[in-house]
Amino acid sequence: MTTSIEVSKLVKVYGTLRAVDGVDCEVHTGEVFSFLGPNGAGKTTTVEILEGLRRRSSGEVRVLGLDPWTQIDKLRTRVGVIPQDFHFFPKLTPREAVRLYASLFAVKVDVDELLARVELSDKADDHYDTLSGGQHQKVGVALALVNDPELCFLDEPTTGLDPRARRSIWDVIRRLRGEGRTVFLTTHYLDEAQQLSDRIAIIHRGKIIATGSPTEIISRYGRPERLRIVGEPALADRLAALGLRVERDDGGVEVELRTKADALKILETIAASGLRWESFSTRTDTLEDVFIQMVGRLEDGSLPGASQENRL
Amino acid sequence: MNLRRAGAYFPAFAKGYIRNPLGLFMSLIFPVILILIFGAVFSNTGSSQVPLTVENLDHNSPASVAFLSALNRTGAVSISMVSPDVGNLSTYLAHNDLSAGLVIPAGFAADLNGSPPIPVHLLVFTNPSSGSEGGIVEGAVQGAANAENLRIAGGTELVIPINLNVGSQIYTYIDYLVPGLIGFSVLVSPMFSMVNVSSTWKRDKLFRQLSLTPLSRSEWLTATFLWYVLLAFISTALLLGIGRLVFGAHVTLTLLSLPFLVLGPILFVAIGLLAGSVSSTPESAAVIGNIITFPMMFLSGTFFPVSLFPSWLVPVAHALPLFYVIDGLNAAMVFGNPSAAYVDLLVILVLAIAFSVVATRVFNWREE
Repeated sequence: MTTSIEVSKLVKVYGTLRAVDGVDCEVHTGEVFSFLGPNGAGKTTTVEILEGLRRRSSGEVRVLGLDPWTQIDKLRTRVGVIPQDFHFFPKLTPREAVRLYASLFAVKVDVDELLARVELSDKADDHYDTLSGGQHQKVGVALALVNDPELCFLDEPTTGLDPRARRSIWDVIRRLRGEGRTVFLTTHYLDEAQQLSDRIAIIHRGKIIATGSPTEIISRYGRPERLRIVGEPALADRLAALGLRVERDDGGVEVELRTKADALKILETIAASGLRWESFSTRTDTLEDVFIQMVGRLEDGSLPGASQENRL
Repeated sequence: MNLRRAGAYFPAFAKGYIRNPLGLFMSLIFPVILILIFGAVFSNTGSSQVPLTVENLDHNSPASVAFLSALNRTGAVSISMVSPDVGNLSTYLAHNDLSAGLVIPAGFAADLNGSPPIPVHLLVFTNPSSGSEGGIVEGAVQGAANAENLRIAGGTELVIPINLNVGSQIYTYIDYLVPGLIGFSVLVSPMFSMVNVSSTWKRDKLFRQLSLTPLSRSEWLTATFLWYVLLAFISTALLLGIGRLVFGAHVTLTLLSLPFLVLGPILFVAIGLLAGSVSSTPESAAVIGNIITFPMMFLSGTFFPVSLFPSWLVPVAHALPLFYVIDGLNAAMVFGNPSAAYVDLLVILVLAIAFSVVATRVFNWREE
């Protein structure tokens, strides 16, 4: 497995604020790697350092083997970037924008084909300022692809988009991966990271607190699978008597499943009890649950060593 | 620095500019409206003819009558004859508050009809304080003389007007107005749009967007300079054409005026870029831009020559960069005074270089 991006001990200081505070990470060639974190966590600062738009305070960064600050001229032709809050010149059309980029990069581009790839064919000759938010982002994707990059940076590409536009950008990202490009995505949407990523790094206050595939992170930091029963409250006492962890809430009971046998035991107990019940469902933590718990535990100090010990 | 890339970028900038009607209005149409308004208000060249007093010392000879009817056909002057008894016509004009006069000398017909014909000289008096009327009279007499020369001598210069203007050439308001408004356009078209471009592009991160491409800052600046220089040339052509054709302005596009039309826009692009770059929002940039632009717009000799300013205001005008553009354009286009223009050109050159250097220092594409 080759690596496209290597970052070690990256620090960016603004005055007294350590916006990025010792980030280490690796992005493998061909994967979709997501940087996940709340606003202000240091995602954009990190990604802009990787793109060569910002200078780092200290640490080592290699993107496609190049130093993005000093070797930006070489890097530019090999990466595609959609920056955060992508805007373009309001009075140019997508076709003109793509042509402009092609002539600046001195590459030949099939403009119609590229605009079709990002689903902008019918808006090719409309001024940018008449397009919707989702179409704006697609212009950004088209421009990022003009130089046929091996590595794409997408910095919060779906922020502020409606659900349909988000899904259509997701399709584009999946296509990028399908074309063998490496994708570095930043997002604060957990479902987005979970849906799209091969691997995720969760960043909080300038530090990475967890890295791994979505399932690895959930199984490592999430709670076990739970069985939820909607029924009489008295069920909770019967199940607690089995030695299971039971939580009661309005209208139902949630029981932690340590093993598969637990589920059978619970069902038998309920059937034998003769108590009334309405429905069963199983519930697994999503990345969102994990994230909220981790950030909560970090903030109250009960997850002190996460960033050191639990990196994958 | 790659000129091919600057050239590739140029049409994108031009399209963005042209498709925003306000920019074209400010840079090209507004100065034209101003010259039409100010020209019409301050010169009396409407449909009315300029009164011209004629003293015919040749006793209404057929040749002199033929000349006067040619003069009448120009439609520019209304002729009133005075008797040769009035004596010295210039004294007569002064005593009667008349602004223009023509003397046809005795022997006019005899000289023209002689063999060979002898050239005759017409005396044309115009009053320096009467604005553009002098030019109209001179033009009309010259026109009639040309017509007569063509008729009687196949174009040989026989009838030669001698213009007796007190001292040197008379400059009229419109002569000052054309270079003034060219200066106005050189100032306004970069200042209004560059302040806006540099501040809104900064807000919308469009410079960051460009920095993701191989286009460099210097290539961007080159294309931008080129666009505003082009606008200055178009605006100059419009103002010069209207000034000359509509108002009969005595302005010429000399070679020496060209460097002002190149360095002027470069200077104000740099100032506009600087103003926009140091402002935190487009709103504050607009305020800073206006603070810079408005005093220059009125106090640099755009609408009124600085020579008419009260003496305490003159140093203020001399402190404004636009003064040197307009002063230089006046020297180059109206007075034909190269040595004055060279001094102005030097000032503009130094300012353009200084502001370009400072602006490029302040105007960063990537963040440290």
